[in-house]
Amino acid sequence: MHIRSVGAAALLIECPADEVEAWRSELWRRRSAGELAVAEIVPGACTVLLDGLATPDAGLIAGWAPPPPAGTTPGDLVAIPTVYDGPDLAAVAALWSMPIPMVIDRLTETEFRVAFCGFAPGFGYLTGLPPELAVPRLATPRTSVPAGSVGLAGPYAGIYPTSSPGGWQLVGRTEVTLFDVDRDPPALLAPGTTVRLVRA
Amino acid sequence: MTAVLEVVRAGALTTVQDLGRPGYAHLGVPRSGALDAPALRRANALAGNDPGAAGLETTLTGCAFRLPSGGVIAVTGATALVRVDGVPADPSAPVPVPAGGLVDVGRATVGVRSYVAVAGGLAVPPVLGSRATDTLSGLGPARVRDGDRLPLGPVVSDPGTAAPPAALGGSVRLPVRLGPRDGWFTTAAVETLLTTAYTVSPHSNRVGARLAGAALTRADARELPSEGVVLGAVQVPADGQPLVFLADHPTTGGYPVIAVVTDVTALAQARPGSTVRFHGPER
Repeated sequence: MHIRSVGAAALLIECPADEVEAWRSELWRRRSAGELAVAEIVPGACTVLLDGLATPDAGLIAGWAPPPPAGTTPGDLVAIPTVYDGPDLAAVAALWSMPIPMVIDRLTETEFRVAFCGFAPGFGYLTGLPPELAVPRLATPRTSVPAGSVGLAGPYAGIYPTSSPGGWQLVGRTEVTLFDVDRDPPALLAPGTTVRLVRA
Repeated sequence: MTAVLEVVRAGALTTVQDLGRPGYAHLGVPRSGALDAPALRRANALAGNDPGAAGLETTLTGCAFRLPSGGVIAVTGATALVRVDGVPADPSAPVPVPAGGLVDVGRATVGVRSYVAVAGGLAVPPVLGSRATDTLSGLGPARVRDGDRLPLGPVVSDPGTAAPPAALGGSVRLPVRLGPRDGWFTTAAVETLLTTAYTVSPHSNRVGARLAGAALTRADARELPSEGVVLGAVQVPADGQPLVFLADHPTTGGYPVIAVVTDVTALAQARPGSTVRFHGPER
């Protein structure tokens, strides 16, 4: 674990990817308990950013190392009913060297977790697939990917909350609303949430 | 009947802005809000509004509007001629506008963005606690168009005063602190960043100020795993030309951040083609 200064009011905690969620939930808990005054707690792939600290004190934060990942409790479970008919399903099957029904089995059996958000409001980067199933982004991104599209890129799965350009390999789609400004919290897939891409 | 602001001329890019929607970065929601936040605060102080009231942010070409019920306005930020029914108004003071009066905020002659506060503030519906238009994610009201009628809130206090702003224009000096990823660049690149001039690119927008100049060379060619980024982050994409994140910046990024500008206000008012220099280093 290493803590870096970011500008005048932020700190970046670097840790192994499998410890990010433990750090995030521990810092979240301390903020809720009034021990940490910070505007944003933003997890990344191997980092947690604390932005808007009145007094960035790396020493203090370093003393808050969370319990090991095995000791963390699983987050809320969200089941996303998914229709597996994406235009890149056959390409993913070829990359994974397995028939399409087995691809769908792998995806529905995987317990995903929202590692972090980014790209668009409510877009969660879902981890849980083994490293050997990582897939490349499309060489040429699509100019428009429909909202609700379920895709894969690198080691991640993700669902487009709104229609946008995108380079992820699309394996399916869902009708679930992922981001709604009138909901609290607005994102269905907040960091730490456990996700299953169940058959619709 | 609710008082409104009627947009007559929206200008190149006029948006509703307040102090943004912090607190949702972990869900991928940008902060957004006025690029030159001190200017919006000053406009609100002059108009007798709360500091976080929503106003208009114009871009280079100003805007024009009518106040059918009249009211008090204040215009800050870029240097621009402000006229009420054709009569030039004092830019450092609250300006009374008669019922039906036409306010014209002219082209910026120094700086980029003017901030218009109207007593009572713009009362468009807030989204996640803010009325700001986020040009990256599309949250908040749509950009302002000719003919729009924007509701005004109730006037909360009398017009006020505000300290004069820092002078705009000339070459821009940006205070930076190195890191968090300065170690991903060559020592020469860090030196280059701190000692050479960069030019503001016309491709700059509310997401970031794109700078053109000496390319910053990476010492570490690995792909950076996505990580959270802050306002003022100097991100260096593959072409080596720095991009300084402004209010509508994405919440996470995959290019290394060589340094962080600790006050982006001057950059928000830096015109395309103008020269900027970074100064530091404070780690």
